[in-house]
Amino acid sequence: MLLSEQDLRSRLAPQGAAWLTAALAAARPAPAGDPHAGDEDEEGVPVWELRFAAAGRSCGTPETAAAARVLLLHTARPDEATVARLYRQGTAAERLAVLHALPYLDVAAGAGLPLVHDALRTNDTRLIAAALGPYAAVHLPAHAWRHAVLKCLFTGVPVTVVAGLAGRAGGDGELARMLRDFAAERTAAGRGVPEDLRHVLALTAGGEA
Amino acid sequence: MRIFDPHIHMTSRTTDDYRAMHAAGVRAVVEPSFWLGQPRTSPDSFCDYFDALLGWEPFRAAQHRIAHHCTLALNPKEANDPRCAPVLELLPRYLVKDGVVAVGEIGYDAMTPAEDEALAAQLQLAADHGLPALVHTPHRDKLTGLLRTLDAVADCALPPGRVLLDHLNETTVKAAKDSGAWLGFSVYPGTKMDEHRMVALLKEYGTEQVLVNSAADWGDSDPLKTAKVGRAMLAAGFGDDDVDLVLWRNPVAFYGQSGRLALQVAVPGASHEGNSLARGGE
Repeated sequence: MLLSEQDLRSRLAPQGAAWLTAALAAARPAPAGDPHAGDEDEEGVPVWELRFAAAGRSCGTPETAAAARVLLLHTARPDEATVARLYRQGTAAERLAVLHALPYLDVAAGAGLPLVHDALRTNDTRLIAAALGPYAAVHLPAHAWRHAVLKCLFTGVPVTVVAGLAGRAGGDGELARMLRDFAAERTAAGRGVPEDLRHVLALTAGGEA
Repeated sequence: MRIFDPHIHMTSRTTDDYRAMHAAGVRAVVEPSFWLGQPRTSPDSFCDYFDALLGWEPFRAAQHRIAHHCTLALNPKEANDPRCAPVLELLPRYLVKDGVVAVGEIGYDAMTPAEDEALAAQLQLAADHGLPALVHTPHRDKLTGLLRTLDAVADCALPPGRVLLDHLNETTVKAAKDSGAWLGFSVYPGTKMDEHRMVALLKEYGTEQVLVNSAADWGDSDPLKTAKVGRAMLAAGFGDDDVDLVLWRNPVAFYGQSGRLALQVAVPGASHEGNSLARGGE
């Protein structure tokens, strides 16, 4: 997900590439004594955060905007409180970027997990998918992780988005029980069992990775 | 017939509406922030609403292949409630967001000093953020309200070409047109405009800088009124190009002044193994 500046630049029109250069310069933590260190606008918002908000209209496509936002976060290295604020005050696209960037940022589980939990409470399938990346694979507690896998099945999010799926599902008897119960509920209602359910159930039969 | 509804409150509408709108040709909407029917009591509930207009509602719209943008503001009615007015201080952090294509809807409800203040402040915010403004004209004492609105617009930093005056009718269209602003008409089942009067106004005043919307919300309204106006235009002798100008190109041109219109819709999850993810429900 983390494109290099060079890779991203090659996908942008000249205007977008120039915007990226300026935005990343604003995001780069300035050395002590730099007169532009911590540049802010009139409202006191760091300039790079304004660029983070404006990436969509500046990059031209949702894909390049998403990559630019993750790169901006990676470059600015915001502290935990800033990461949380960017998520809380973000549009759906900005929240997605924060979730995608979590593995690349210095964010402890205590600070990042509330954001993951928030995304998993939504019914926005983009946020659910983004919440289940490598950060959740490492930090999300077992109960919440199992519910997240089930929520993928409920909302139609392909389980291929779940980072570390085979490793965490392997040998998870409780997840297997939940999957079997869900399959029974579907069958009792005369509905089909999602293929992804069978796939994850098969994974639970594997040993611990 | 491709349709851009430049004023519709989808928060108050159902998925059936989205489905019917797409079937009728609606491919883009702008949802102005407005009064929800139930008064708010704090800026925090505005924030939750704005967040929904920048997150959840575009997601719902995209599932029906409709591009969704919004306009954000403190609405005229709640500008009179001192518990809500502090939202004006929070607006700048929202007005920088992608997806916000204007400040609105602003304007007058009861024409109070508090409304004067909120209107002037928000017209300035639009100028500061490079955004056009969607200005609601009042339902009661309409012509007086329109003239007072024109005074406020003349005194602000926005040129008239970046202002859309909405809810116009036979009594207000001429003064609004003479101001150089864009002209918005809301077509309703029982109040505001209807299809046939709309066609008559288009014949008299032309199609340039005219936008037609359903302004559909939680009241008696119809999200398909835009399509019905298009059909009434054709039946009255207008050509396909006239209909396209009013129902698509004019709203694109007006809101396009924000530089933030993105009319290609990525259906959520379409890239994931062809699954449309259309449910999102449990």
